[in-house]
Amino acid sequence: MSDMHLVDIDGELTSEPIRKGFGRGLKAAGELDMNVVAACADLTDSTQMSLFKEAFPERFVEIGVAEQNLVTVGSGLASMGKIPFVSSYAAFSPGRNWEQIRTTICLNNQPVKVVGSHAGVSVGPDGATHQMLEDIALMRVLPNMVVIAPGDSVEAEKATLAMAKDARPNYLRLAREATPIITTADTPFEIGKAYVYAPGSDVTIVATGTMTYQALLAAEQLYKDGIDAEVVHVPTIKPLDTETILKSVRKTGCVVTAEEGQAAGGLGGAVAELLADEYPAPMHRIGMKDRFGESGEPNELLEYFGLDAKHIRLAAHHIVERKK
Amino acid sequence: MAETYTIKQLEFKANTIREDIVRMLEHAGSGHSAGPLGLADIFTALYFDVMKHDPRNPDWAERDILLLSNGHCVPVRYATMAEAGYFPKKELLTLRKLGSRLQGHPERERLPGLESTSGPLGCGLSQAAGVALAMRMDAQAHRHVYVVTGDGELDEGNNWEAIMLIAKYNLTNITAIVDRNNIQIDGPTEQVMPLEDMKKKWESFGWHAIEVDGNDIEAVIDACAMAKAITEKPVVLLAYTIPGKGVDFMEYDFHWHGVPPNHEQAIKALHELRTLGGRIRSEHE
Repeated sequence: MSDMHLVDIDGELTSEPIRKGFGRGLKAAGELDMNVVAACADLTDSTQMSLFKEAFPERFVEIGVAEQNLVTVGSGLASMGKIPFVSSYAAFSPGRNWEQIRTTICLNNQPVKVVGSHAGVSVGPDGATHQMLEDIALMRVLPNMVVIAPGDSVEAEKATLAMAKDARPNYLRLAREATPIITTADTPFEIGKAYVYAPGSDVTIVATGTMTYQALLAAEQLYKDGIDAEVVHVPTIKPLDTETILKSVRKTGCVVTAEEGQAAGGLGGAVAELLADEYPAPMHRIGMKDRFGESGEPNELLEYFGLDAKHIRLAAHHIVERKK
Repeated sequence: MAETYTIKQLEFKANTIREDIVRMLEHAGSGHSAGPLGLADIFTALYFDVMKHDPRNPDWAERDILLLSNGHCVPVRYATMAEAGYFPKKELLTLRKLGSRLQGHPERERLPGLESTSGPLGCGLSQAAGVALAMRMDAQAHRHVYVVTGDGELDEGNNWEAIMLIAKYNLTNITAIVDRNNIQIDGPTEQVMPLEDMKKKWESFGWHAIEVDGNDIEAVIDACAMAKAITEKPVVLLAYTIPGKGVDFMEYDFHWHGVPPNHEQAIKALHELRTLGGRIRSEHE
């Protein structure tokens, strides 16, 4: 859709880790607002918080390897009017400190921005311990929490700037590996909005994070197969843009969800809940199916676990068949 | 506080706060007795002498911040806040009831003046660190952060993460107060999970530790003043308190950690508090 101002995915694509966009966005947010502060648990370069740290050393707190402390210090900073971004690997934050996030951030309703980097199996060789797959589910069930998973580094930058202006607790999910940049400066982004990246009429593919690019690739192949797929990009998993998703599924009558995380409780869970309540329709969830990852190269793992365009395409065929 | 009180007046206030705690807990039918009664003198000292705050303007930008890490002791905070005029005393009897601003564990958004939501243990020192760092970033040297923690809750690792961080940044705008009453739910702290040598633990983490009788209001006030004067290291007051203080049958007994008095027990407790343990004549005599 031309009003989305996307990059032509058939052309030469530039790739960049999504976390890089966060790093730039945080520094920019820091320039715009004195109250933006940052804290990190010994992963300042990895999470790309180093850009902010260099620019504003007096507004940066090095917490050490202590993720429980990371988010609770964030709660204290926020209670004084600061807008704290607190980062680590997603496996540790929000992996290890869920209760502190629940009580001191969500129930306490403080606008702490929890940033979980290196989410998904595409972390690669580090293996299952570091491949966070449950973060979307963990954060999505918390009242007051907003959950955001940008599709590329350009969107991550916009999301970070938007988070700095959002008065609610937020979780931002970032990936380690270079991801193709599919959006441009003019592509719209607003917290709570889903976007139709490719219009279609036969099947809706709802994707988030790194899987949106895979969904667009699948849609191209499906078109050649004679299936007109609509790709809905969902950078905000909570609050879910129910209007955009329902409008699409009412048109196509079936849906495939795609995410690089546990399908249970993640985006797949969220869409299944929505459709069960509002518009039951044949559905297939692409995601991790109640298992952990393992060591390997990122692309190898994505294929092995069925988290790529090929598997989205197969699922779309299957679900369109079921619709008949 | 604009008003200043004599130690005698403060002791009388602490006693009134204890009576209110007993009434609220009996009325609620559940809640924690020992900790709140033991902390009444410390809270009286903080709210009526030590802290800068304004009950008519709980969000006053110049106020000191008090964080209650052991949220289950919140009845003492509610009773002290009511005594200070934050809200009418009759509201104390809504404790733990549906729709009340006085939740079983404190919720910041429900009642102005609470500063934070707490209950799950071990988070107060971390939040104090965040508050103190923000004050430092904003050059608010005239404000101070007080954080009250239980002793049993020092079992939580999150505390020691915060203790290290506060020492690292030398956040001397924090005064930590440990309610050292030696009990927790399952029994005496030294049996459940030994905490001694507590003073050495804090000192080896880079803090200056001051031991104080937490049921001696004058001593607590003096120790708070001393804590503020020390800027080489962050300061912790190891405040030795008597759990259930003021009610003879509750004192030192860990079984009173998490239960309220029933009606008969409340009458007995109130009688004892009114007569200050027999030191003054009962109103019935």
